[in-house]
Amino acid sequence: MEKARELNPSELMHEYLRQKKKFPHVWCSGCGIGTTLGAVIRAIADCELDRDRVVLVSGIGCSSRMPTYVDFNTLHTTHGRPIAFATGIKLARPELEVMVITGDGDAAAIGGNHLIHACRRNINLTVVCINNSIYGMTGGQASPTTPQGKIATTARYGDFERAFDLCDLTAGAGAAFVARGAVYYARQLEKLVAQAIRKKGFAFVEVISQCPTYYGRFNKFKSPVEMLYWQRDNTVNVKASAKMKPEELEGKSLTGVLADREFPEFTALYDKLIADLAAGRK
Amino acid sequence: MTLMQGNEAIARGALDAGIRFFAGYPITPSTEIAEIMSEELPKVGGKFLQMEDEIGSLAAVIGASLAGVKAMTATSGPGFSLMQENLGYGYMTEVPCLVVNVMRGGPSTGLPTHPSQGDVMQARWGTHGDHPAVVLAPASVLDCYTLTVRAINLAERFRTPVILLPDEVVAHMREDVTLPEKIEVVDREKPHVPPEWYYPYDDSTTDVAPLAAFGTGFRFHITGLTHDRAGFATTVPAEIDRAVRNLKRKTDRFRSEIIQVERMYLADAEVVVSGYGICARSAEAAVEQARAQGYLAGFINLKTIWPFCFKLIERVADTAKAIVVPEMNLGQLVREFERAVCGRTQVVPINRVDGDAITPRQILDVIAQLARPGGGA
Repeated sequence: MEKARELNPSELMHEYLRQKKKFPHVWCSGCGIGTTLGAVIRAIADCELDRDRVVLVSGIGCSSRMPTYVDFNTLHTTHGRPIAFATGIKLARPELEVMVITGDGDAAAIGGNHLIHACRRNINLTVVCINNSIYGMTGGQASPTTPQGKIATTARYGDFERAFDLCDLTAGAGAAFVARGAVYYARQLEKLVAQAIRKKGFAFVEVISQCPTYYGRFNKFKSPVEMLYWQRDNTVNVKASAKMKPEELEGKSLTGVLADREFPEFTALYDKLIADLAAGRK
Repeated sequence: MTLMQGNEAIARGALDAGIRFFAGYPITPSTEIAEIMSEELPKVGGKFLQMEDEIGSLAAVIGASLAGVKAMTATSGPGFSLMQENLGYGYMTEVPCLVVNVMRGGPSTGLPTHPSQGDVMQARWGTHGDHPAVVLAPASVLDCYTLTVRAINLAERFRTPVILLPDEVVAHMREDVTLPEKIEVVDREKPHVPPEWYYPYDDSTTDVAPLAAFGTGFRFHITGLTHDRAGFATTVPAEIDRAVRNLKRKTDRFRSEIIQVERMYLADAEVVVSGYGICARSAEAAVEQARAQGYLAGFINLKTIWPFCFKLIERVADTAKAIVVPEMNLGQLVREFERAVCGRTQVVPINRVDGDAITPRQILDVIAQLARPGGGA
């Protein structure tokens, strides 16, 4: 891994990509998933993880295509279920570093139940949820994080439903570590993912991302760059927010580490149970 | 000799065959299996996990199996319906695992505490798309043990999910059993090549493509999308064709190894009764009574439901006047008998869907109508 650290950013990416096998990728130009991929790879390199022990699990959607392109143990599962698959892998072999790459539809709609129960279970997984507020792969339908009133192909007159705040949701469900980053703040994102990997417990990182092809076009963003500026202008670092007035924070999303708590970790409890039974202590 | 319940025998068989991971969700009439596994697995270094639903249960099982651990779940009708999604994923990605579906009355919530055999076709065709299916049906508590071991071995040997399909009677019945002292345990084939040459779907040199475990240096990709030999999604027609046909090819090619039936008095039988699960027990009793009364009755117990034993039934059709098929449904497997027989002999269904088992008396009455005492037309 020392070698990886000496590489320049581009070489580092190529070191971890299945670049000869699986490119070109499926993402549109201006999409935020590629930037997130970069942050994930740099975080894994920064944590000096043995790539043979890294497992990337994903569900269905644009963001869930990410594992295809990276040179780890990779599992592209069914829609909404990656956390459940990852839970099985992690409990079966706790020595593996298991990460989930998912999207807002995958994690919070069809997979919402698995998400909250994984928070409650506190199994040592890192979940990176790329939130672009829309279903990209199926052509721009409303998702559980589409803001109220915004346009999607299944909300032609504006979405009636309120959006989930994914960080409030996971913190409320008991996640040990909750953070929010944005594609605009790529270096901060990389650090948040690295912190999530290092956390011994269930760690959730929401990534505010952009889908210029659908969400952007339907909701009057002129370019992907304008969407990145929107991210800049509508987020506040959680540290800075402490000094701000409530009216200044109105409608803004907080970025940074939003929850970092210690709870007993599931696989550790289980391994202790096995040891206790073997020693006749139970 | 031990007094044992069917579900208990399934859990025992699973532990003896090397299952070290169970994920499940409570559901009558299968719950005892999960309860026993939660107590016994940590004693042998295994892991038990109660998931939030049956969808997540099978997902966790497939994940554990990919991590190299023999894994299973157990459920009943409503849970089995939820599992169809990831059952299809298991077939498509060729991940060994055991799914036990203890059949209760359906459709929907149906009869949670009463038996049925209404999931026979669901076990064959429940998930979307063309796929293989290996489904075993125990008829006794001893079968619950031996067929669980066999199901796990077949899953490992052929790299596929295998379904054990007991009905509620068999699962909750208690019988005196003597478990075999030694059992054969099969482990999945590991790669014979270095990581850089490994393709997770390359079966060019082995019966079944070897499966590496995550974390052992192979760094491969698995997807539920139609994939090439390397495991990556493909839209090339020739590769798609190969991928879909290959799934079926495994169970077709090794059909004779997978199919297991028990037969009695077939040589001179005028009327053959063929059942599975608790119906096979009633059929066996009825056939013995019929023989005692001078009827030329024969008996087949289908321990393997899928793949169906077409060749045997074709042969029986050459000699028997009638084949009687008792089922606790409105006639599911009987269609396979009709397909095999092609009108050459009479196929007579006996169906019951009132939540009670088909009795030997019911079957005996049908034998008496179809056969003459002492034989001869």
